[in-house]
Amino acid sequence: MSIEFIYPEFEVIRNENRCIACRVCERQCANEVHSYDGEHKTMKCDESKCVNCQRCVSFCPSRALKIIKSDCTMRENANWSNDTMKEIYKQANSGGVLLSSMGNPAPLPVYWDKILINASQVTNPSIDPLREPMETRVYLGKKPQKVSRTEDGKLDCKLPPQLELSMPVMFSAMSYGSISYNAHKSLALAAGRLGILYNTGEGGLHEDFYCYGKNTIVQVASGRFGVHEDYLETGAAIEIKMGQGAKPGIGGHLPGEKIVGAVSRTRMIPEGSDAISPAPHHDIYSIEDLRQLVFSLKEATQYVKPVIVKVAAVHNIAAIASGIARSGADIIAIDGFRGGTGAAPTRIRDNVGIPIELALASVDQRLRDEGIRNNVSLVVGGSIRSAADVVKAIALGADACYMATAALLALGCHLCRTCQSGKCNWGIATQRPELVKRLNPETGSERLTNLMTAWNHEIKELMGGMGINSIEALRGNRLMLRGIGLTEKELEILGISHAGE
Amino acid sequence: MQVINAANLDYEAVNKALREADRECTIECCHGQRFIAAGMSDKNVTINGIPGNALGAYLNNAHITVKANAQDAVGDTMNEGKILIHGSIGDAAGYAMRGGKIYVQGNAGYRAGIHMKAYKEKIPVMIIGGCAGSFLGEYQAGGIIIVLGLDKDGKRIVGNFPCTGMHGGKMFLRGNCEEIRFPKQVTVRCAGPRDLTEIHEYLSEYCDNFGYSLDELLSAPFTVITPDSKNPYKQMYVAN
Amino acid sequence: MLVSLQLDEKEFVAGTVMKINAEMPGAHVFSSGKNMGAFKAVGFPEDVGVFYKLEKYEGYSWTAHGRYPTNTPGWWGGAHPFTLLDYSVVHNGEISSYDANRRFIEMFGYKCTLQTDTEVITYIMDYLLRVQGLTLGEAASVIAAPFWSTIAAKTDLEDQKKHTYLRTMFPSLLVTGPFSIVLGFNGGLMALNDRLKLRSMVVGEKDDKVFIASEEAAIRTMEPNAENIWSPGGGEPVIVKVKEGVF
Repeated sequence: MSIEFIYPEFEVIRNENRCIACRVCERQCANEVHSYDGEHKTMKCDESKCVNCQRCVSFCPSRALKIIKSDCTMRENANWSNDTMKEIYKQANSGGVLLSSMGNPAPLPVYWDKILINASQVTNPSIDPLREPMETRVYLGKKPQKVSRTEDGKLDCKLPPQLELSMPVMFSAMSYGSISYNAHKSLALAAGRLGILYNTGEGGLHEDFYCYGKNTIVQVASGRFGVHEDYLETGAAIEIKMGQGAKPGIGGHLPGEKIVGAVSRTRMIPEGSDAISPAPHHDIYSIEDLRQLVFSLKEATQYVKPVIVKVAAVHNIAAIASGIARSGADIIAIDGFRGGTGAAPTRIRDNVGIPIELALASVDQRLRDEGIRNNVSLVVGGSIRSAADVVKAIALGADACYMATAALLALGCHLCRTCQSGKCNWGIATQRPELVKRLNPETGSERLTNLMTAWNHEIKELMGGMGINSIEALRGNRLMLRGIGLTEKELEILGISHAGE
Repeated sequence: MQVINAANLDYEAVNKALREADRECTIECCHGQRFIAAGMSDKNVTINGIPGNALGAYLNNAHITVKANAQDAVGDTMNEGKILIHGSIGDAAGYAMRGGKIYVQGNAGYRAGIHMKAYKEKIPVMIIGGCAGSFLGEYQAGGIIIVLGLDKDGKRIVGNFPCTGMHGGKMFLRGNCEEIRFPKQVTVRCAGPRDLTEIHEYLSEYCDNFGYSLDELLSAPFTVITPDSKNPYKQMYVAN
Repeated sequence: MLVSLQLDEKEFVAGTVMKINAEMPGAHVFSSGKNMGAFKAVGFPEDVGVFYKLEKYEGYSWTAHGRYPTNTPGWWGGAHPFTLLDYSVVHNGEISSYDANRRFIEMFGYKCTLQTDTEVITYIMDYLLRVQGLTLGEAASVIAAPFWSTIAAKTDLEDQKKHTYLRTMFPSLLVTGPFSIVLGFNGGLMALNDRLKLRSMVVGEKDDKVFIASEEAAIRTMEPNAENIWSPGGGEPVIVKVKEGVF
């Protein structure tokens, strides 16, 4: 071909004996991989367009298709991998900044997988969660320093605003625009059914979803898209997005082709205009300014809802969290470097930030050392993949977890990591009407509800095994955790002992 | 007209009094209280003294008149209504403003009109009577920013780096702006009659508010700046 | 004695301060000027004033700084100003260039012992003003150097040459990140914002007094009838010197 040619990453394998040329694959693929050859009455394919989203495989009625990773390889070595070389070619071809989607795929340590959970044996009893009460409800928000009494000596039971969750998991921020109307609706419906919250992300809230307000966290990011009084009034809580784990230190950028119809109206920018979120909030250049934004939101909503400040997990996270805890925020959300995204520069996604496990451990400890852990609740995200991750996070010190990639998987996402193209065949990361309608919000919400219900059962099973019947008794209970194959330093930061100790 | 004496009140108390006050009211002895009228919609309030940062944040159709200078972040994320300042304002005024008007008699600090937006007929307007600081209209995505440069005493009408990242809306600067350096992604040209018709209504209202002569304002040429592309960064990325 | 040791007096004092701060656990020298005092405490400003009997002092310039501890609990030693000899610095903001600046300035005998970015600015100013002999305006052009594009667009070629020289000469002393500082020196004050002006600063006057604050409301608390209120641009130093012979 030419110097610009890069061999396709995937190959489409079609079993010609099974293929009935029904053209379902052709209709299902927005990337236009499949086409029909009328003359020979057979299907053809252009593999260079394939992103391996598995849509055609899932829908092929005769099971004639599979997608495999191409084994065409360059002469790799331990320093220059295929991917590294291809990235060089892409940049030499285009002069562009490499853009990727979803979380950091690099083989960096996943500490969740190096932490083991305890169980009771003999000296204290385990509890059977199926037949005994087992509580996973949590309240997120600031707890007052001191009990106060009314003049007649009764307890003054007024608390700062709290968020009630039936289980310690919430759907984290994904904006309307980066994901579809039907995806947002699925999340909103499921959050309502589950008694948890979902998060609008930074693109505002479609008018149809205002009715789900009590299960909605409305986000205020640097672009301030869709932020106005009604929006702030509608949410159960307001989240100030300072950063995101997948791309700490940079802003967001939703390309103009996704700013269509209702997305444009909701964000209040003209159709086709890029939606650019600056890297910083240009009214926050210091911790005092953060306090100013926190209190401007509280003033505007008359102190009835908690304010969350979301930051990416970065080197100095303990000090940053300490600053936020003093800024008037009710909840701190920390997003680790494996968190997903609709689009991020590859170099940022793969090289900036730190793992959420280490960030959580050091923040929780710092806030305790300073005696201000009760001033705020801690929510952590950045690749919470299972109930076991949730339990480990709570035991390390989190009040609750944010999860999103797992929620997308429940909706049909196959992690093909090309959200930035806007051609999501599963109707999630797209604004094309013919693709969006592939995701049925009823089905979607049901699958999300199933997933969370299953997780909640698993959380209870794990808690019961430890002899714990209330999630409060697990929070910060690091003795329930042991490390495996970790260095002294890692154990020290995580504040846990090694297995066998 | 109801009068709120803000002396020795903190911002929570001032806003509480304001919420409970009549539609027409005055705040006296204002002294640095932040967030005044945040999110409010049904007020017509005049402020004597100096209001603190984030005056009229998320403003929702209330009208605010300030008889002195105002500080930073005036009209942050304002949605509707009007803020009239008989003085100068600090930095980051009208940040992410979605609608309504901010009319300033004096100067503006850095980053005025940053990330202003617009949707269809809902167009925010900011007019600065004097000069504006650096980064005017940074990331501007919609709306109209006008700087008049009155009484500028030989100073430049805007500081450095105006219109960086501008990808929507329009900016008007009174004068020929030969000494101003604009970024590559915008078009700078002399405003024609059609451009001026577009802002005539706002300028005329501004002159009424501050007692200027519209003819005199229009006697100088205006420069208009518009972005070349709604997608200024499209070419910067390659899918990976 | 200093002469016999061939030591400059200021050099000697600065060196001793650094030695005590770096090598004597629990001991810190917070004030080492001849014509300058620093008062630090945790508490409300009015109480601090009473505690130190400030009414008994006279001075031609005063700086006060209520610290909002950015990322750490409040500690009296961390309160501003940070001082060395007759220089004092108060500062709002957080410096993103801190360790680049620190590791450079520590080559010249300074020791940053307080883990705070304000301290390093104090030593940079001492180094540039006292050791290198720069003027206040030149020092401002080093730490808040204009962008290269701004330098390139200068029509005053002499000025352009000066800025190019200073930026090339002291690249490791460019301070980035949001800051507004007030430097006190023998004879006056200098106020300076970072070059992007990420912190606010307002200046006002009344008769023979100049007021510098981060909000106009603060100036009007001191002097309700302050005049000529203005905001300096980023990197544009405001230098106020008292009349010659007054101090």
